[in-house]
Amino acid sequence: MFYRENGQFNASYRADQQIFSIAQDRWAILAIIAFAFIGVPFLVDEYIFRAILIPFLILSLAALGVNILVGYCGQISLGSGAFMAVGAYMAYNTYIRIDGMPLIAALLAGGFFATLVGIFFGIPSLRVKGLYLAVATLAAQFFCDWAFLRVGWFTNNTASGSVSVSNLSVLGWTINTPAEKYLFSLTFLVVFALLAKNLVRSAIGREWMAIRDMDVAAAVIGIRPMYAKLSAFAVSSFIVGVAGALWGFVHLGSWEPAAFSIDRSFQLLFMVIIGGMGSIMGSFFGAAFIVVLPIFLNQFLPSIGDLVGVEISTAAVSHTEFMIFGALIVWFLIVEPHGLARLWSIGKQKLRLWPFPH
Amino acid sequence: MKFRKLVLTAAMVAAGASSVLTTSAFAQPREQFFPSLVYRTGAYAPNGVPFANGYADYMKLVNARGGINGVKVSFEECETGYATDRGVECYERLKGKNGGATVFQPLSTGITFALTEKAPADKIPLITAGYGRSESTDGMVFKWNFPLTGTYWDAADVLVQHIGKKEGDVDKLRGKKIALVYHDSPYGKEPIPLLEERAKMHGFQLSLLPVTHPGVEQKATWLQIRQNRPDYVLLWGWGVMNSTALKEAQATGYPRDKMYGVWWAGAEPDVKDVGDGAKGYNALALQHGAEPNSDVAKEILEKLHAKGQGTGPKDEVGQVLYMRGLVAGMLAVEGVRASQERFGKGKVMTGEQARWGYENLNLTQAKLDALGFKGVMRPISTSCADHRGATWARVHTWDGKKWDFTSDWIQSDEQIIKPMIKAAADKYAADKKLARRTPEDCQS
Repeated sequence: MFYRENGQFNASYRADQQIFSIAQDRWAILAIIAFAFIGVPFLVDEYIFRAILIPFLILSLAALGVNILVGYCGQISLGSGAFMAVGAYMAYNTYIRIDGMPLIAALLAGGFFATLVGIFFGIPSLRVKGLYLAVATLAAQFFCDWAFLRVGWFTNNTASGSVSVSNLSVLGWTINTPAEKYLFSLTFLVVFALLAKNLVRSAIGREWMAIRDMDVAAAVIGIRPMYAKLSAFAVSSFIVGVAGALWGFVHLGSWEPAAFSIDRSFQLLFMVIIGGMGSIMGSFFGAAFIVVLPIFLNQFLPSIGDLVGVEISTAAVSHTEFMIFGALIVWFLIVEPHGLARLWSIGKQKLRLWPFPH
Repeated sequence: MKFRKLVLTAAMVAAGASSVLTTSAFAQPREQFFPSLVYRTGAYAPNGVPFANGYADYMKLVNARGGINGVKVSFEECETGYATDRGVECYERLKGKNGGATVFQPLSTGITFALTEKAPADKIPLITAGYGRSESTDGMVFKWNFPLTGTYWDAADVLVQHIGKKEGDVDKLRGKKIALVYHDSPYGKEPIPLLEERAKMHGFQLSLLPVTHPGVEQKATWLQIRQNRPDYVLLWGWGVMNSTALKEAQATGYPRDKMYGVWWAGAEPDVKDVGDGAKGYNALALQHGAEPNSDVAKEILEKLHAKGQGTGPKDEVGQVLYMRGLVAGMLAVEGVRASQERFGKGKVMTGEQARWGYENLNLTQAKLDALGFKGVMRPISTSCADHRGATWARVHTWDGKKWDFTSDWIQSDEQIIKPMIKAAADKYAADKKLARRTPEDCQS
């Protein structure tokens, strides 16, 4: 009834090509962003900021990066955790080694170095595909784990191998309180999401999708596979690197290579698969699913136990959390193999007919 | 239609959850709240569970004894799985609950590092009894960290001294080979600076053999040991890594009595599976060992387990890590008692007030004996400059069935450690642009 595009006519190519061509979508997204910037900081408490929103935003950004590589270009990568680590450690090094280095420049420098590493480890993608590539990108993971554990220079020769940053500030604005950290991460996410969305709608994004759908055919019509694949690796690892830098600087504050272990790579890949491959929106759904659901279950189960008068032990809660979480993953993949983003678009389709379905 | 049903269920679940979460906020606030970060699942659970049970039982015991000058204590567990990000989430979840957290004890060096950055802003102290950052001993820089009873530098120092004594004299170590098999994380790397310092002093050769998390794959490490034949192996492991190392030592034929574990590699779960194969293996004891005959263990059996209120299995009471949980609980509670002396007896202390208590802790032998820790602990007294309070440890040995003490009390060498702490703390302060605390600040 409310969600229909009847009567909205695009009079120019520009209007036809905008990201959200339906007015309702446009206003809804603008309202959500405005609410996230203006409303949320006044509404939620510190716990929600620090434990849920900030990790959600940063991992959404990382999932966005992985989605460009895996979802749009079809190159399965298990090295995302490594690219996050490169982003975090190189941002750390530029930040502490160069006096007066601005924070944003340091974070972007982290992304830049992650790009270089990403391109280097993307080279095998020119020869191998699919699962074989996934195994090849594992090398990035192990190499980075090794480098950040063993090479003292990266950690500024700290004895324990753990590095930390504090007193973050941008142009005199100190980023200390959870709300400030939240706004800082949110700004990064919005800017990068907009850039990524436009990138995948552009010529280069179409090249990636052509490569994903059939690389031989793409090569025949004049797309250079090397350029397309390596550019996907570059863009993806840049975004993932910046996300890694944010994860270290803004969320953890102090980190060690274990924060970017192989588990993180898998987690990001699952976010993309569950959220929806080849969908910017899907990255957000995937991140929400993986970040928020376990925490929700972990707090929800003891409350359920209290209601029926049973005290569930900490270990039992943790085990149940894993079981329900695993079962939900399987259930979602069976019900909707194309991810939560597809579920969302089906919902929108139904909404157009509502309340009078034929 | 299926979709609508899905949305409806999701909405109902969310509504139910929010109502549940709001009702649970109305707990009685007049209790001293001790959050407990535990790991009862994952690769480190065999060692995490007894510690968590000990901690929980001590809290129950405090209430059975009538509270802290009448103030009852409450505690809540949160599962971290030894993962840093989950630990941070737990910290955020518990720090404001039930009137505010008194103190956090993360039992993980990685989580300690992350919380060290967060705790000062929230004004909540951290106790890291026997782990964490060694340089946080320097209370003039690390105002909120309390590595009570000893740090890894003390542990490494005591081990070198003990090995030296076995050889006759520390200087006899010249030319000997000592290998450090360590968990490849901040935890395992902590002792390295001290061992390097000692190696320089006495001229022994130190080789570093890292083992990656979780430590079930050590074939390559022990191959190196077979080739190198070090005179001694120091084991800095945790969880399954310890028992795996002992099994590998058995397979390699490395003599177990030449192996020395840190105090986190010397408990029943580490050696039980290996049984006789671990006979002769030595480990440090963080003051206490297995103490099933101590007064406090008996009291817990009588007041809690006899009434079915114990947390874990009965035969766990008195085991090494269970005792460590008790000691950790005791330190947390006694700090609050000390701060009540200053801020008002019978009142609930805030984290900030409790911090003063931990900084001015004076647990004399008489006090410890009265608490049931006779023969378990030595006196501990902290000050503004020294947040550690004690530097003593001893060595115990597994005889195939139980742990027996095989050394006297050994004190770590302040001559070596003090300058290292000062240098490391100064470096931290310089990196963070922190000023050292002034003597006036110590009074607050």
